[in-house]
Amino acid sequence: MAITFTLNGGKQTVDVNPQTPLLWVLRDTLGMTGTKFGCGMALCGACTVHVNGSAVRSCITPVSGIAGKTVTSIEGLSADTTHPVQQAWIEEDVPQCGYCQSGQLMAAASLLAKTAKPTDADIDEAMRGNICRCGTYSQIRRAIHRAAEIKGAKA
Amino acid sequence: MSTTVVNPSANRRDFLRTGLGLLVGLALPESSRVLAQGRGTVPAKPNAYIHIGADDSVTFIITKAEMGQGTVTSLSQLLAEELDCDWKKVRTEFAPVDPALYGMQGVFGSQSIRTCWTPLRQAGASARAMLIDAAAQKWNVDKAQLRTDTGFVVNPASGARFRYGSLSEAASVLPVPSGVPLKDPKQFKYIGKSVKRLDTRDKVNGKAKFGLDAVVPGMVFAVLARCPVFGGKVASFDATKAKAVPGVKSVVQVPNGVAVIGENTWAAMQGRKALEVKWDEGPVASVNSAGISKMFADYVQQQPGAVAKKTGDAEHALASAAKKVDAVYEAPFQSHSPMEPMNCTAVVRADSCEIWAPTQMQAGGRNAAAQITGLKPEQVKLNTLFMGGGFGRRGGVDYISEAVEIAKTMPGTPVKLTWSREDDMQHDLYRPASYVKFSGGVDAEGWPVALTAKVACPSFFGGRPGAVDSTAVEGIHTLEYTIPNIQVDWRKADPGIPTTFWRAVGYTQNTFFAEAFIDELAAAGGKDPVELRRRMLGNSPRLRAVLDKVAEKSNWGKPPAGRHQGVALVNNIGSFTAMVAEVSVDKGKLKVHRVVCAVDCGHIVNPAIITQQIESGIVYGLSASLKGAITIDKGRVQQGNFNTYEVLRIDEMPQIDVHIVETDNHPGGVGEASVPPLAPAVANAIFAATGKRLRRLPIRPEDLA
Ligand code: FES
Ligand code: FES
Repeated sequence: MAITFTLNGGKQTVDVNPQTPLLWVLRDTLGMTGTKFGCGMALCGACTVHVNGSAVRSCITPVSGIAGKTVTSIEGLSADTTHPVQQAWIEEDVPQCGYCQSGQLMAAASLLAKTAKPTDADIDEAMRGNICRCGTYSQIRRAIHRAAEIKGAKA
Repeated sequence: MSTTVVNPSANRRDFLRTGLGLLVGLALPESSRVLAQGRGTVPAKPNAYIHIGADDSVTFIITKAEMGQGTVTSLSQLLAEELDCDWKKVRTEFAPVDPALYGMQGVFGSQSIRTCWTPLRQAGASARAMLIDAAAQKWNVDKAQLRTDTGFVVNPASGARFRYGSLSEAASVLPVPSGVPLKDPKQFKYIGKSVKRLDTRDKVNGKAKFGLDAVVPGMVFAVLARCPVFGGKVASFDATKAKAVPGVKSVVQVPNGVAVIGENTWAAMQGRKALEVKWDEGPVASVNSAGISKMFADYVQQQPGAVAKKTGDAEHALASAAKKVDAVYEAPFQSHSPMEPMNCTAVVRADSCEIWAPTQMQAGGRNAAAQITGLKPEQVKLNTLFMGGGFGRRGGVDYISEAVEIAKTMPGTPVKLTWSREDDMQHDLYRPASYVKFSGGVDAEGWPVALTAKVACPSFFGGRPGAVDSTAVEGIHTLEYTIPNIQVDWRKADPGIPTTFWRAVGYTQNTFFAEAFIDELAAAGGKDPVELRRRMLGNSPRLRAVLDKVAEKSNWGKPPAGRHQGVALVNNIGSFTAMVAEVSVDKGKLKVHRVVCAVDCGHIVNPAIITQQIESGIVYGLSASLKGAITIDKGRVQQGNFNTYEVLRIDEMPQIDVHIVETDNHPGGVGEASVPPLAPAVANAIFAATGKRLRRLPIRPEDLA
């Protein structure tokens, strides 16, 4: 079945089983591999993308459910790696292996879109669904506070 | 910074062989651990390379794989330091697998900096000397007059300057000098500095290619149904229902199970759910965790064990000790669970095989593929991609073998094999479960005089029969304390669960056992845990120094109100680490508030990466100490995903303070330095808080109640 949605600003039509999770449509059908597979059960956050501006776990989101909607993946977070969270992540040198970081960045960007100056408690709440096995959590926390500053300065 | 990390380009080998631009190579020493076990090969040819393009770009060929430990950056620092190039011009590429050029390629045992420290600096220094030679010839001056300045050869007398890029071609045909002197560490400008990681940018914009991100034209997607019981085999299978699932292309049997091939991974996963397989489960089907624990206990009771260490006469000293303490400690199997599950992409043709893999063992992967396909190793091309974590798991090459087996059934078609999280957790090669019975004695003044440790656990690193597997006892027989009578012995107990290296290997369980038991001896003798250790470290100035540092920085003995402290030490991977955990236990609820760590890893290459790695190990240790355990029932792993095997999350993160104690010793590793002392530091802090000794991991809420 053909399903059309907007991906990172462009129209996308895919012809797949409508039950297929968005994650696998992005990765396997479209070859957009920035969004990662970690658990397949909404337990780890590696697959986080934005649908109509909100963070969702693409591993449990059937592609049928996003017909007509707007999807942003890590590749579309900014054109030139300048989104405040990306800048802050670079300043803090957050990633180790890096595998979880697409999901961390998408979750953090969504948090900042809703909460301009998140507290540590806000960060715990918004980010506890994103596992990092390399243990970059304290750097993630610092980078989110820093991204809020960058964003505030820009606004 | 315009740095990128890319995979070997198609013409990489050509530029390596034709030498366009400057190339310098030197042999790297091999991993001592691998050599010690007689598994390594000594490289016959140069194996580390620098390429300087006419445009001044500097490309370092990284022979080690990157799993987050920072090798891409820190190895580049070693090269850049002596080459004296402009850091902003540095790019890196992963080397192709080529034992003739590079020797053995693999990352394990926190070896990269330790083994590359001297050779890579020599490579950089040789290249710099060749650029100076080339400039001396062009200017027709004595090379002794010339200097370099961040990417230029300069003649101080005339003020003339040559860009490295303008010299690289001429330099490339000059002989490689030997014995070029290395810089005095006081002059280092890159080594010892927290230069930014070279791989960050691509890891925040989705461009970094991990193993699972390999995209090969015409690729199909596979998952594999494996017997849930270790060692079991396919008895029979019926693929009718699987093939009826939309998007499923085919079903094939391979040695490890039955593969379902689909037009995408999810279709293949749906097909696997519908697949009907009868398994011949084999003998492990009767194994469970309680039985394994009993097996270990029986072995300790019934078997004398192979002696790993004997100093003095421990049994005799125990008998005459003023006070005696006995305790049994246990640790469970652990899964590695890197964020990126195992995977591999492969294509097999009549005369070649190409692999895209996230692997800690590049050469091993290539050799496995050669064996399966009957091709020569040179006909197998293995592309090294980023690893989404490794922690030892990716030293195994089972996932590479599986992908090649599947690809072999469909010559010419590239196949990406993806392990689900459940596959990854239930078919891991685990950190061995282990069991130890300690006895210790203190004299009338309360100082330890005797220690015995009787260990039982599986072995994956076996040497000769009857010999002790060092990974089974390291952390106990390596204790540096001056206890006059010590005996450590080991019984190999194999319940049939596959095991392998897990971040920090034997120290992960044994340092918990030993450092918690030392605390028991301190309590038995009425001694302060730091004072007791300090007094017994007369022969270990480096351990004593980190202990003093951590005691100072943690404000040992004076924790904030309501909190309690525990201390533990380890000396592994050439480094010395001391840790203090600060915890509270409130109505049976444990909270780890703060972890203070002091580490001496000798010469420092990149303090920021060291700090990252120490924090990383602490988080990994916290997950294993407080959360996850792999348990077995009916020969199967009972956990499957992060809901049943929990790991630490951001809201449970303690404050971590890392203090690097710099010394001018040869660099030690850091990736595995901080995992071992975490569990005993926490357990000892819990004792301080509650008076309870926790002798098995993970620490469970019911143990605190
Ligand atoms: S892969 Fe979607 S939450 Fe883990
Ligand atoms: S950086 Fe490796 S899992 Fe987060």
